[in-house]
Amino acid sequence: MEVLVAISIGAMTASGIYLMLRLRTFTVVLGLSMLTYAVNVFLFASGRLVTGAPPILGSLDTLSDPLPQALVLTAIVISFGMTALVVMLALSAYLNAGTDEIDIEKPGEQPETGG
Amino acid sequence: MVHWIVAPVIIPALFGAMIILTMRHDTLLQRVGSLVSSVLSLAVAIALLVGAGTGEVFSYELGSWPAPFGIVLVLDRLSAMMVLLTAVLGLVVLCYAIATNWDQRGRNFHALFQFQIMGLFGAMLTGDIFNLFVFFEILLIASYGLMTHGGGRMRMRGGVQYVIYNLAGSTLFLFALGTLYAVFGTLNMADLAERAPQLPASDEALVRVTAVLLLMVFVLKGALLPMHFWLPNTYALAPAPVAALFAVMTKVGAYSVIRVFTLIFPTTLGAVGGLVADVMVPAAMVTLAVGMIGVLGGGTLARTVSFGVIGSMGTLFLAIGTFTETSIAAGLYYLLHSTLASAALFLVVDQVRARRGNSTLLPQSPMEGAGLVSALFFVSAIAIAGMPPLSGFLGKLMIMQAIRVEDWWVWGWAFILCTSLIAVVGLSRAGSVLFWRPFDNASPQDDDFTVVPGTTAPLGTAVMGALLALIVLLTVAAGPVTRYVQATSAQLFDTQTYIYAVLGSPEERAARAAAEEALADDLHGADHGAPVRRETNGHEEGY
Repeated sequence: MEVLVAISIGAMTASGIYLMLRLRTFTVVLGLSMLTYAVNVFLFASGRLVTGAPPILGSLDTLSDPLPQALVLTAIVISFGMTALVVMLALSAYLNAGTDEIDIEKPGEQPETGG
Repeated sequence: MVHWIVAPVIIPALFGAMIILTMRHDTLLQRVGSLVSSVLSLAVAIALLVGAGTGEVFSYELGSWPAPFGIVLVLDRLSAMMVLLTAVLGLVVLCYAIATNWDQRGRNFHALFQFQIMGLFGAMLTGDIFNLFVFFEILLIASYGLMTHGGGRMRMRGGVQYVIYNLAGSTLFLFALGTLYAVFGTLNMADLAERAPQLPASDEALVRVTAVLLLMVFVLKGALLPMHFWLPNTYALAPAPVAALFAVMTKVGAYSVIRVFTLIFPTTLGAVGGLVADVMVPAAMVTLAVGMIGVLGGGTLARTVSFGVIGSMGTLFLAIGTFTETSIAAGLYYLLHSTLASAALFLVVDQVRARRGNSTLLPQSPMEGAGLVSALFFVSAIAIAGMPPLSGFLGKLMIMQAIRVEDWWVWGWAFILCTSLIAVVGLSRAGSVLFWRPFDNASPQDDDFTVVPGTTAPLGTAVMGALLALIVLLTVAAGPVTRYVQATSAQLFDTQTYIYAVLGSPEERAARAAAEEALADDLHGADHGAPVRRETNGHEEGY
């Protein structure tokens, strides 16, 4: 199970990083979401992988660690909100500037107009 | 006293929410609300500084959950100093934004501003490393809104870059925290610090990985090379008052490096040792060089100043990366100075933009009120370049003195001195093009630019004067400030006090464990129906 989880985290991270290095916002956003999925599973795994064990002390001999689950919940909420925000921002940048390229070749002097 | 520790987080949170819920249609109310919140935070910050100045470390357990199970806020000299710096800068920037009508160029400026301040305060006070991540996110979310405040084509594009860079950074932070938890089994900083030396040798590699991952996350915030790429565009394209506030955001990175790498991964920890210092010192030198050379080739005043910020972060990280008591003390003094100086320069950029439409370093027709702006520029440029008589000079001198004992000191001195010279050249060139170059017919004509009323208000200039007065104050009061930062640094290296303040001294912990055991026995006895014990311990029925 550990190997399987590790491979899937690795694959998601790799594809996330690859997509993030692209030039257009859409793929970059996809890459970021992929990366956040990877990190969520990673956080989950940081409390050791056990199956069929409740996160309650003293109920059984084996128990799963409840803290990473709480951490993952926080991380999911934050990354979800952030993804929504970056999508909105990318969209308004695209509508404003007429291009969805990430790179700014010649930084504008007048931030308001882009002159 | 202890309960006031949470006030810097609560005050901006309450006011931010109130501004957005009940005041959003009334400009005046928003401004008053925001100012009241900032003044209150400043008052609390001063009180906290006085409290922390005694040398005691205060720990505040949120919801009374004992550490390490609950989240704690910890107030020591370092946090108190950072909180006060943020409160002062926040109030100054807010006054400037109000005086020059910046807050009216988009919506919800004040609410975002308060949430940003709240995130900064929280990050500086928290004693839990996952909570540090959460506060980082709070300050980042607010900063995304502030960065794109006012809108515009280039600003939006710059905003996208900034957000994406920081989202990648946050993901890295989570990876670091996951590894940290897997190795240490706790996220409370004091608990981490206590467990670090006790880890088995087989975990050493993972400890090193965690340390380096965390270092990467923090120096990304602090714009240490090669993680600095986000800074020039962001700072040059953000509204200038926001850029001035962001001057303290890079310092949060520096603060986190100091906190985590003196407490959890000190150089005395076998697994990490000199690893962090070995990475940080060369990186800081290169940052210093790149930043100051960037000052020469900025092209616009905004970018010139942004590179100046990178350069000053390089100086700061050089001091921090040495990780000795004197070097961190010197670094902390320089941190105070460089925050104020870079904020002042960004406000100058705003005044230049307001008067001539851009800050391109090309001769243009002379602007109105150039004399005053050039004087302000002159003083802040002297400050950021580290020339006498202002505090930048003292800061650099202290840093040079502190690294004199290292065997690479020649390099450190060479980098600091040469880059200071380059910065002086770059800034004086920028200043002379902007303010002195005579206007002739060959210069490009000013294409129908008119000054927006209100943007050059005298009140705004007065606020800038106040900011520069703070720099002068920092210079004049160098004696007491130096004593404070030295005490701060000494406290940072005395990790025992911090750990005991959060987790309790061994005697306290033994007493607590004994009490818990007695209680457990009691409950156990009660379960099996032992009426005698129950009677004698009737007061514990509540459990």
